[in-house]
Amino acid sequence: MHGGMSDLPITFENATVRAGAITILDRVSLAITQGEPTLLIGPNGSGKSTLIRLGMGLIEASEGRVRWGGRANADSPRRAMVFQHPVMLRRTAADNIAYALASRGVPRAEQASRIDALLDQVGLKHLKDRPARRLSGGEQQRMALARALACDPEVLFLDEPTASLDPASTKAVEDIVRATALRGVKVVMASHDLGQAKRLAGDIVFLVRGRVIEQARAEQFFTSPATQEAKAFLRGDLVI
Amino acid sequence: MLNRRLILTVAAVAVAAGFASPALAQEKSIVVSSTTSTTDSGLFNHILPLFKQKTGIDVKVVSQGTGQALDTGRRGDSDVVFVHAKAQEEKFVAEGFGVKRLPVMYNDFVLIGPKSDPAKVKGQKDITAALKAIQGKAAPFISRGDKSGTHSAELNLWKTAGIDIAKDKGDWYKEIGQGMGAALNTASASNGYVLSDRATWINFKNRGDLEIVVEGDQRLFNQYGVMLVNPEKHKHVKKAEGQAFIDWLVSPEGQKAIADYKINGQQLFFPNATAPGA
Amino acid sequence: MLEGASALDLIFSGDANLYSIVGLSLYISFFAVTLAAIVGFPLGAFLALVNFPGRSFAIVVLNAFMGLPPVVVGLAVFLLLSRSGPLGFLGILFTPRAMIIAQSLLVLPIIAALARQTIEDLWAEYRDELTAMRVGPAGRVATLLYDARFSLVTTLLAGFGRAAAEVGTVMIVGGNIDGFTRTMTTAIALETSKGDLPLAMGLGIVLISLVIVVNGIAWGVRRYGELRAG
Repeated sequence: MHGGMSDLPITFENATVRAGAITILDRVSLAITQGEPTLLIGPNGSGKSTLIRLGMGLIEASEGRVRWGGRANADSPRRAMVFQHPVMLRRTAADNIAYALASRGVPRAEQASRIDALLDQVGLKHLKDRPARRLSGGEQQRMALARALACDPEVLFLDEPTASLDPASTKAVEDIVRATALRGVKVVMASHDLGQAKRLAGDIVFLVRGRVIEQARAEQFFTSPATQEAKAFLRGDLVI
Repeated sequence: MLNRRLILTVAAVAVAAGFASPALAQEKSIVVSSTTSTTDSGLFNHILPLFKQKTGIDVKVVSQGTGQALDTGRRGDSDVVFVHAKAQEEKFVAEGFGVKRLPVMYNDFVLIGPKSDPAKVKGQKDITAALKAIQGKAAPFISRGDKSGTHSAELNLWKTAGIDIAKDKGDWYKEIGQGMGAALNTASASNGYVLSDRATWINFKNRGDLEIVVEGDQRLFNQYGVMLVNPEKHKHVKKAEGQAFIDWLVSPEGQKAIADYKINGQQLFFPNATAPGA
Repeated sequence: MLEGASALDLIFSGDANLYSIVGLSLYISFFAVTLAAIVGFPLGAFLALVNFPGRSFAIVVLNAFMGLPPVVVGLAVFLLLSRSGPLGFLGILFTPRAMIIAQSLLVLPIIAALARQTIEDLWAEYRDELTAMRVGPAGRVATLLYDARFSLVTTLLAGFGRAAAEVGTVMIVGGNIDGFTRTMTTAIALETSKGDLPLAMGLGIVLISLVIVVNGIAWGVRRYGELRAG
């Protein structure tokens, strides 16, 4: 559908993000490649959100650089993002998805069928004509996913999408993410929840205070973490 | 979505049409700047329909204070000026803003005062004596203070009474800077004296305790004059229609229409277009 | 004309003069608000979304202009439109068109300033999503205006209220010409100055009732819209 250039691998080269005097990300070097979901975990304030935004192209690095498939363009239609608190537009669920489709240039004639397909994918077909702002938190998050998937992304970023949801909604969202990854979409997701990371991850990137402390395959990270901080974190200690 | 676009387009056309439409009726019309007291008297409601019937010309009266009415003519925003301040009118013509001044009619001023009459002027035939009494007793007096024809007349009367009002005024003399109606309202509310044109007084409905205390003195007569705004200064002035109105006002027909205007059986304006030196 | 009759008499007898005055008032204020919105909504959106040098100053000035005295606006427009003024060749002084222009200038700051605040608040909420969806500047303005539509209706009402209530602007640029540029407010001023206070008050009540009706309709539209679109 996109024809041609890929955004992967996304390479962070000594990327630093500062806000005033505070360093949020400190010389992060990382490569995100095609494959199973990459989960970013770490304590609050470790920079997971900022790293996601950087990879999405919402913010710029203060120092260092980010490349997508070797290219410098931050602006690309092949990436989509889901935020922790979804913001629904003041219209029906179907129209929210139509909006996402329209902003990616999908002609009106095609929109109807795609809307139905996407709502089906996230299990919200029955709420198609409901005002989107009146959906529950979990339903809105699934809507946000549908919107993100509307443009057929190559990479899907998610910033702690289930942090505010109840277990049932969390499961629904995780199921959709898993299915999406299985279809070949690269998932990059920040998570607050170790259990979730275990359930979904292919690769783990562990951050503390803006630095990548450890990076490994999921099984390896959870069974034999290499660093002290990782061990402490997995034990449930506060990693300061 | 198509619906929305259609609605927006229809709305846009409606707005544009609505805004443009007033230009449709291009019937003959002129703008006359006149004074608030003349309009408040209701004279125009009586004579203008007669003029329109005869000539088909719509007369739009903008009523302002005399100073402002003359200024409107000076700017070329009216075609005809119809006020009651002879000196200012003659200056208007002398400065080239008006073509010629013609007398039309006169009405008179009356001194209005409270029934309690603190200055004891009721029934006085001499207006200057009355004013002296008011000043002497420091009785409340309301002045329009707005450079209008009525205001000029008032100031002239103080002068004739030998009082330098600019110097001799005290708290009893209240200048409100507004029109005749407002002045009467204020006098009614504060039981004070006020100089008013008879027409506005007769039409005035909020009299409270006020009544006419002095009238009939020759010096209380108020002369009206009409002028065509000079088309040489302002090319767009509707010369023909404006002149038609002036001609009608001073014609026997127009003069009769003016005389016929009565309130409660009382004639308010006395046509005198043919009177010498008016 | 309206001599000696009570306002209620006039309403119920369907007095043509009264209805034409009411019609003119509504016509002028409605178009003034529409014009002000056409300029004011995009202006408000621009101020909300674009950072440029002097932005804070522009916002302070715009907010301050919400309190522009109507007589001052009327006088300024009068001087512009007077035959002796720069736009005199248009010849629209003392016509309803001049009144619409003057009132729209009066109301423009209110509409732009309130729109700016509404859109700025909404942008804070929508910023991430719209940026992630790569919506361009025009799209952002359109989306924010549309999603803020219910608050913007209130903004329009604030503008309409100010327009319908003011007398200074329309008096100076319209001239209160009987049957041509006389609105409810200028008619009330006139009847007051003629001392016919009961009639003036009656007209005032008619005016207030009209504004209440307009607000009621807007409220109904808003509720209906909210039910349908959340």
